[in-house]
Amino acid sequence: MSSNGQPLIQARSLVKRFGDFVAVDGIDFDLQRGEAFGFLGPNGAGKTSTMRMIGCVSPVTDGSLTVFGLDPARDGAQIRGRLGVVPQQDTLDMELTVRENIVIYGRYFGLPRKELGTRADELLEFVELTERANDKVEPLSGGMKRRLTIARSLVNEPEVLLLDEPTTGLDPQARHVVWDRLYRLKRQGVTLLLTTHYMDEAEQLCDRLVVMDQGKIVAEGSPRDLIERYSTREVVELRFDDGSRPDDLSYWTDGLVSRVETLPDRVLLYTADGDAATHGLHERGLVPESVLVRRSTLEDVFLHLTGRSLVE
Amino acid sequence: MTSALLVLRPLEFFLTQYKNVWRGSAVTTVVTPVVYLLALGVGLGVFVDRSADLPGGISYLEFVAPGLMAATAMQIASFESSWPVLSAIKWDRQYHAMLATPLRVRDVMLGHQAYFAFRLLLTATIYLVVITAFGAVDSPLAVLAIPVTVLVGLSFSAPIAAWAAHAQNEVSFVAIFRFIILPMFLFSGTFFPISSLPAALEVLAWFTPLWHGVTLCRDLTLGTVSVGDVGHLAYLVGFVTIGLVAARMTYRKRLLV
Repeated sequence: MSSNGQPLIQARSLVKRFGDFVAVDGIDFDLQRGEAFGFLGPNGAGKTSTMRMIGCVSPVTDGSLTVFGLDPARDGAQIRGRLGVVPQQDTLDMELTVRENIVIYGRYFGLPRKELGTRADELLEFVELTERANDKVEPLSGGMKRRLTIARSLVNEPEVLLLDEPTTGLDPQARHVVWDRLYRLKRQGVTLLLTTHYMDEAEQLCDRLVVMDQGKIVAEGSPRDLIERYSTREVVELRFDDGSRPDDLSYWTDGLVSRVETLPDRVLLYTADGDAATHGLHERGLVPESVLVRRSTLEDVFLHLTGRSLVE
Repeated sequence: MTSALLVLRPLEFFLTQYKNVWRGSAVTTVVTPVVYLLALGVGLGVFVDRSADLPGGISYLEFVAPGLMAATAMQIASFESSWPVLSAIKWDRQYHAMLATPLRVRDVMLGHQAYFAFRLLLTATIYLVVITAFGAVDSPLAVLAIPVTVLVGLSFSAPIAAWAAHAQNEVSFVAIFRFIILPMFLFSGTFFPISSLPAALEVLAWFTPLWHGVTLCRDLTLGTVSVGDVGHLAYLVGFVTIGLVAARMTYRKRLLV
């Protein structure tokens, strides 16, 4: 990832308060051209508030924020003209057709109708909605609406695409279609800025991400960096029958694993070699109901950093 | 592109939306005045003309027709600026789509008002054609009743949109219609001169934008304009201006959080 010159977006000690509630609590980050950057965190971490400040629809309470080197408070219209926005909640018009939704949105940017006709056809092709072009939006599935919102957000050929929870609420298949389109955009060099509380989404799409919790950034790096830094290569997940979980796990695990996390429904053992650890537990005579060895994910990073799960 | 023209972009959206429903809307726009004029102007008018002398010796049809024109504008504008405005913020969220583009809050607010003005212009024009066909128009000045009717509508759509952008839900709209719009419809000089009201209510009627609008429209269709009409016009313009300023404030407060 090359960072050529000025960052596209720069935040320093950025704060957003709603009355007494601090939604964003002094965060710093830079977004470079061409990268896919993510905010990973649970609901209420301050991700959407940050996105809305970048989108110039939420005034900055404190600290500084520049987008394309411009000030959102003063140059909001100019900034928004260069951004593409995929909001968390769809803002499509249900009474207009799929194609009309793209064309009219392009008109908000002042693009000529003639050009928009061609552009809408290309975009609908890109998100595989060509057959639905003249249908109303209302009966489309959630996944199709999301794809339409993505197509619409590209109508002004944005320099940065803001995606707030792009696949929340979609079924797994629809999510994969959306990811595939976003991945293509990324390959075409579109700069992506996304929020998510799905670790797999962050791992698939982000070159670099920050982990947010309670308005603060608690870690930053590439998915692989973060896993290496805050977790082990593998994780052993143990489940126990009701009441059969030993009270003192350290008696069984000491020397075998580097860290133990106890969750309500399972116990996670962090280790470089899951099979060796499992073998060791068996030798010591611990018999859980089930044992699963897997690779570490960002979920484990989040758990380590905050002591809580991403998706409650 | 000067910034005033940005208003045309949201307007284009609302017109695109209207294009899908215009047939039904057009039928209502034509049928409504015909029904009202038949029932009130012609039907009730027979009795009124037999028993009462209206100022200037005009028929009841001539009296009530311009009043209905202004009152209908009030109703359309009030409806269009309540539920649809809250919906564009809360349910269908079209305003949020607009604000993700170079459009600013004021463009969005004024663009929606421009759409109301378009709808009012359509209604007023049809109304004038219908009442002329009924023989209720006595002066070519009646053409000016069209822009006045638009102004009457805006004197409701601007403050009601300001309220709708502030409202958390639609409960208050029902109250606005029941306790403000309906009494105004009945008691602001549309159906009978407000001089027939008890003195206290007559004073109250002076403050309603509808009374000023009804009076202006009537003076224009009857051709009885006077200097006093400038005052009516100024009152309406003032009402619209205050409404727009208030709407800009409530829109900003609601949409930029």
